[in-house]
Amino acid sequence: MSQPVFTAKALTKTYGSGEVMVHALNKVDLEIAEKEVVVLLGPSGSGKTTLLNIMGGLDRPTSGRLSFRDLDLTDLEDRELTKYRRDHIGFVFQFYNLVPSLTAYENVALVTEVAHDPMRPDEALALVGLEERMHHFPAQLSGGEQQRVAIARAIAKRPAVLLCDEPTGALDSKTGIRVIEALLGVNRQLGTTTIIITHNASIQEVADRVLFFADGRISRIQTNETRRQAAELTW
Amino acid sequence: MTVLDIKLFRDVRRLWAQVFAVALVIGGAVATLVLAVGSHRSLEETRIAYYERYGFGDVFAQAKRAPKALADRIREIPGVAAVDARIAKPALLDIPGFSEPASAQFVSLPDSGEPHLNRLYMRSGRLPEPGRSEEIVVNEPFARAHGFSEGARFSAILNGKKRELVIVGTALSPEFVYTVGPGDLMPDDRRYAIVWMSEKALAGVYDLDGAFSAVSLKLQPGASEREVIARLDALLDPYGGQAAHGRKDQTSHAWLDHELDMLNNMSRTLPPIFLLVAAFLVNLTLTRLVALEREQIGLFKALGYSDRSVVLHYLKFVALIVAIGILVGGAAGTWLGLRVTALFGDFFHFPFLVFAKAPDLYVTAGALSAAAAAVGALRALREVVKLPPAVAMQPPAPPVYRRLLPASIQLDRFVSQPTLMMIRNIARHPVRAAFTTLGMALATAILVVSLFTRDSMEHLIDVTYFLADRQDATIGFAEKRIANVVEQVRRLPGVLAAEPFREVPVRIRHGNVERRIMISGRPANADLRRIIDADLHPVALPDTGLALSGMLAQILGVRAGDTVELDLLEGARRTVTTPVVATVEDYFGIKGMMDIEALRKLMREAPVVNSVSLSLDESRTEDFYAAVKSMPPVGGVALQRVSLVNFRKTVALLVTTMASIYTGLAAVIAFGVVYNNARISLSERARELASLRVLGFTRGEVLRILLLELAILTLIAQPPGWLMGYGLAWVMKTNLAGELMRVRLVVEHSTYVIATSVVVLAAIASAAIIRERIDKLDLVAVLKTRD
Repeated sequence: MSQPVFTAKALTKTYGSGEVMVHALNKVDLEIAEKEVVVLLGPSGSGKTTLLNIMGGLDRPTSGRLSFRDLDLTDLEDRELTKYRRDHIGFVFQFYNLVPSLTAYENVALVTEVAHDPMRPDEALALVGLEERMHHFPAQLSGGEQQRVAIARAIAKRPAVLLCDEPTGALDSKTGIRVIEALLGVNRQLGTTTIIITHNASIQEVADRVLFFADGRISRIQTNETRRQAAELTW
Repeated sequence: MTVLDIKLFRDVRRLWAQVFAVALVIGGAVATLVLAVGSHRSLEETRIAYYERYGFGDVFAQAKRAPKALADRIREIPGVAAVDARIAKPALLDIPGFSEPASAQFVSLPDSGEPHLNRLYMRSGRLPEPGRSEEIVVNEPFARAHGFSEGARFSAILNGKKRELVIVGTALSPEFVYTVGPGDLMPDDRRYAIVWMSEKALAGVYDLDGAFSAVSLKLQPGASEREVIARLDALLDPYGGQAAHGRKDQTSHAWLDHELDMLNNMSRTLPPIFLLVAAFLVNLTLTRLVALEREQIGLFKALGYSDRSVVLHYLKFVALIVAIGILVGGAAGTWLGLRVTALFGDFFHFPFLVFAKAPDLYVTAGALSAAAAAVGALRALREVVKLPPAVAMQPPAPPVYRRLLPASIQLDRFVSQPTLMMIRNIARHPVRAAFTTLGMALATAILVVSLFTRDSMEHLIDVTYFLADRQDATIGFAEKRIANVVEQVRRLPGVLAAEPFREVPVRIRHGNVERRIMISGRPANADLRRIIDADLHPVALPDTGLALSGMLAQILGVRAGDTVELDLLEGARRTVTTPVVATVEDYFGIKGMMDIEALRKLMREAPVVNSVSLSLDESRTEDFYAAVKSMPPVGGVALQRVSLVNFRKTVALLVTTMASIYTGLAAVIAFGVVYNNARISLSERARELASLRVLGFTRGEVLRILLLELAILTLIAQPPGWLMGYGLAWVMKTNLAGELMRVRLVVEHSTYVIATSVVVLAAIASAAIIRERIDKLDLVAVLKTRD
């Protein structure tokens, strides 16, 4: 196996203190490989989102270490974390987090303007099948379309890693499958390492590996010998 | 244009109502500053230009009869640049079809060339031909008041003889910008005229060939006015000279100065208050507006935007709001300023207006509002930007609400859950609630300070016209008369009562402060012209000693019981000391008052009077007017009722016009504050209110929860608002107090009621607009999406 994208060692995140201290992440060890598709499964509060946020440079661990390739993320300054996010990470959120006052095209351009060597916004939108609707405002798009804009926005800067927090959480199954399809297409064409948080167990079948979370720890790891296509999913 | 800039413009468009409301607050303050300072500057510069171009004198003196050769000796006084000697005499007029007595100041014009000083600005016609004693030029306002043009005729009693005059021209003069007849408080263009006549003609009438009776001097730059006055007094003394004085004691200049001073003081008092209030409110509003953007700020950071570019983005947003405010306010302020300048210019009959450009005002107003707005935004940004993006993107954690009372006391038995929500919400954000209340209180306060001048003016009118000077008319004599003239006047038709009045010019001194004032003597039992103390009770003057205007006592730093030094400027010209026995509540001028007998003894003179105050039988005023017009020694008749009408038409009008403009701007600010508060509360609590809708609350109930808090805070804000308003009004009253006129701080209950009503109306209007928003907004949808 080549050099991992992420290496986590005893990664811990706690909130509060004393009696009310909550271990959101409890000494997690993990490696994630280049181009891998990883699905994180587990109940609410099991630590998935905390791990994703720390990997994305949106939050800092309380203890333990996390590195991205050769870069140790643990002690980075805010400014360096911003640069890290800008250069390497794409985010897809459950509620899309589009800027309502910008069109689909402009939402993508929001990222390409600050990125190093991005693709054109229309290219990114074409990758998710939205070239026809790029001048629509979020309010004029369906939930699935909004989520695909969010994916286009996330991949437009050709990130090394795509972090998706419940990307299908707010969508019906048909639309959800189109979104997963878009994510896998990007992974296939650009080789983007993709990490997906979900509550939806069916999605695990498209992953290389599935990490099961419970109480801030990884309770089990399942490796899929063959990945299924998004179109084969049902839920 | 970057995508962020596109977002900026779209946000401004989306939030236009709020953006406009904040801009309105800024605009209101900017308009106040531009209006007040701009119009004052324009009028000041107009006056300077007017004085300069038409050679307004620096020092003025009168004499009975001085030989013309003396003018050359006056010119030799060191520091004197120019001298203009002439004849000036007061006289009664008889105008056809105008029964009220009118009077005029007659002034001679040189028969060759222009006067050296106090030159005329001809408005129409021509100058009188030398030696033609019927040809005159009159001041334009007088001509306009009577509809006179060239060729119009009226008569005057000159040196005891009635003469017919014909107008050949109308003019304005820097010397008579403000024309107040003898014994009058207010200018009255119908009843007081300035009449210019050929010197030769006027000298013939008064038998003053080769002599003059008035002189004005222009001083060289840096010359000592005091020294020139002393030397001039010495030269004129043998010729019946009265104390020379500088511009400060020249009636027209002093009043003009006072009016401009009032404008200036208003411009120094109100706009800073407005600006500070606006700055505070904008700061408050933008803090909350930016705090609402928390999730988007988190998103920008998640997408890799640096803190700097996020902060810059929001500062641009703020800058845009401020720019709109400055633009709107600047335009409104300039427009209002031009109107006010024109209004005052018309009132003063300035022949032209100089509009002062004031780019610095925009810079000052802009910088202050921009700074306040930026600080407000930065305060919110600092909070949000320091959050890790993951946290920022979440809605803020539910705030910790506390029970306000022990659990054993079941508050909800007494109040409904929505009320409880409202109370807890206020208790949860006590600082925000306090600031909101303070903002509303300030809105009330600036309304109070804009409105109180009316109350104070009414009080001034009550005290001056109905408590103190209750006479119906005052007959002033050209020269002082033996006291038995009072009996003569008492026998005129329609006269019910008559009281003698003696006035003596003096220089009053205490320590090294001195003022030139008049001391008036009045009978001990005076019932018409009374003296009123601070408690508004009439004061009986003791047999000796001097009562002083409260303001004069303050200037001199004396109290009842102290002694002051007086230079008597008439008659024997002695210097005496006399005790101060009382201070008096009066609002016009600074003066001394004595028992007429005590004043006679001080002057060591026979009983004489300068004027007689009268009460008249209203049904016989026409007879009285007719009789008084043919009384030769009369120099002028002041009518109290007319004076009050004129006061209301002029000074009160100017003051209340300004007050109305300020009140309007204050109302605009008040609306901006209340609307913003309501609107932001709606945004902040959209999710909470949406949840209530899901739980089955009706729109009306949700609206009530939202507005109840606003209503409570608005009401709580009123008493402190009144208090602050009273304080600001005190500051303004103190700044406006002048030697010519001042007011007492009077704030009627109705003023508080009006101020509060305006704020409440603003609140109701905001509620109506918000209601429309809630009706249009599908609150249930708010819950489904995060955006």
